[in-house]
Amino acid sequence: MIPNRLAFAIFAAVIGIGPSWGADHAIVLASTTSVEASGLLAQILPQFTAKTGITINVVAQGTGKALDTARRGDADVLLVHDPEAEQQFMDEGHGSIRRQIAWNDFIIVGPSTDPAHIRGGNDGVIALRAIAAAQAPFVSRGDKSGTNAAELRLWKGAGQSPDMLAREKWYRDIGGGMGQALNAASAMNAYTLSDRGTWLSFNNKGSLVVAIEGDARLLNRYDVIELNPQKHANSKLDAAKAFADWLVSPDGQQAIGAYQANGEKLFNPSAAAPK
Amino acid sequence: MRSNRPVDRRETELNEFVQIVALSIGISLTATVVAAAISLPVGAALAIFPFRGRRAFVVLINAFFGLPPVVVGLMLYLALSHSGPFGFLQLLFTPTAMIIAQATLAIPIITALVHRASERAWARYGDELTVDGASRLQAMPQILAIIRADLLTAILAGFGRTVSEVGAVILVGGNIRGLTRTMTTAIALQTSQGDLPLALALGAVLVGISISISATVFALAGTARTAGSDEV
Repeated sequence: MIPNRLAFAIFAAVIGIGPSWGADHAIVLASTTSVEASGLLAQILPQFTAKTGITINVVAQGTGKALDTARRGDADVLLVHDPEAEQQFMDEGHGSIRRQIAWNDFIIVGPSTDPAHIRGGNDGVIALRAIAAAQAPFVSRGDKSGTNAAELRLWKGAGQSPDMLAREKWYRDIGGGMGQALNAASAMNAYTLSDRGTWLSFNNKGSLVVAIEGDARLLNRYDVIELNPQKHANSKLDAAKAFADWLVSPDGQQAIGAYQANGEKLFNPSAAAPK
Repeated sequence: MRSNRPVDRRETELNEFVQIVALSIGISLTATVVAAAISLPVGAALAIFPFRGRRAFVVLINAFFGLPPVVVGLMLYLALSHSGPFGFLQLLFTPTAMIIAQATLAIPIITALVHRASERAWARYGDELTVDGASRLQAMPQILAIIRADLLTAILAGFGRTVSEVGAVILVGGNIRGLTRTMTTAIALQTSQGDLPLALALGAVLVGISISISATVFALAGTARTAGSDEV
């Protein structure tokens, strides 16, 4: 704490600003990129801070990296969306309580020319088979994020393993965030899987349109995970718990449900009735 | 209520923008000062004091010119992580960690440039400076004074390195809004959100700031130079 304070004093003197840094009540939230990129956190966090005086420092990473950050002890609370990876995290004993806060869905977006002729459908697996058959370009996140995991599960349903896909020229693993994948798909006239939140708030769609939506397999659940104090003894866990409790409280749920981008609701609060 | 919203939002965005710019400059200037405080004496000493392995050391410093920021970021990340050797300092995801990363990147550049200029000055004036029995250590400040014009270039090169890099600060800073978001990490974020015009505007400001700082420093140096001779 002391080096932090000292650095803060020097730094504030140098540039004459005083951000939230050095505050007693600041916790690190490792989150998936979509809740940050969609603007949700920017909307709801000030409400929580106003109520509790606790500042949330958001480090937006893919779910895989966010879980790793918490494993290393570098985060105080998690907001992620990959059920399988989360379960593994819980099984390893890193997490104590895991609660769903909201859901939306994944969609397959692609060029309006629709080379694989999948537009208008609602079956993700059939769509991926058609994309593979047409050898139409497909952009993969390739970053172990929740969206990447959902994409690979869908490909598995379509009979394609990651190894098989890696050999295909039309399958382009970009190793980047959702926005980067959408930028790449837009530039290459490729299909990609996106969470609806990032898609709706994304501003460089080019000729991309929604090709597939409404598949039950494309449900996208967001969970808040508190850390296990036995593995991650940390003075900030109380503040982290207050944040997790607020997200599932009526106030927090209302704030999540009220958020809109470009006139559309992005996240459906679901703490009371998890999907 | 509703009619007030856009104005509030624009004001918030402007505040945030100013804060990002201030943070970027503050972090990079601090990192450059820290780096210069280490590099100036080390660079001059490398030229003045002969020791075993000096050649290899100089080669190494020059090789670190091309140190990839993302590698520096990763090593610092592992060192500062809670489960790393310096985790107890609780510096990960703070501006201090970003200053350390940027200083690490600037030190080889400033040191190498200072060493090169000092070597030339030492070859030319070394005998003169030590003829009255002055020690090599006493000659060091004089060598640095002789090459002050080169120091400027060296420090500006270091500053340029710190203010423009993104790979290291995004890893150790975490790109936290209002805390560790600098211009370069904001540009990366805006690009990832498809806000290319905003990303480009931020980029233009970054370039503008670099040019202004460089111009200011050279103007100040020009004023100083008319006061005294500056031949190397």
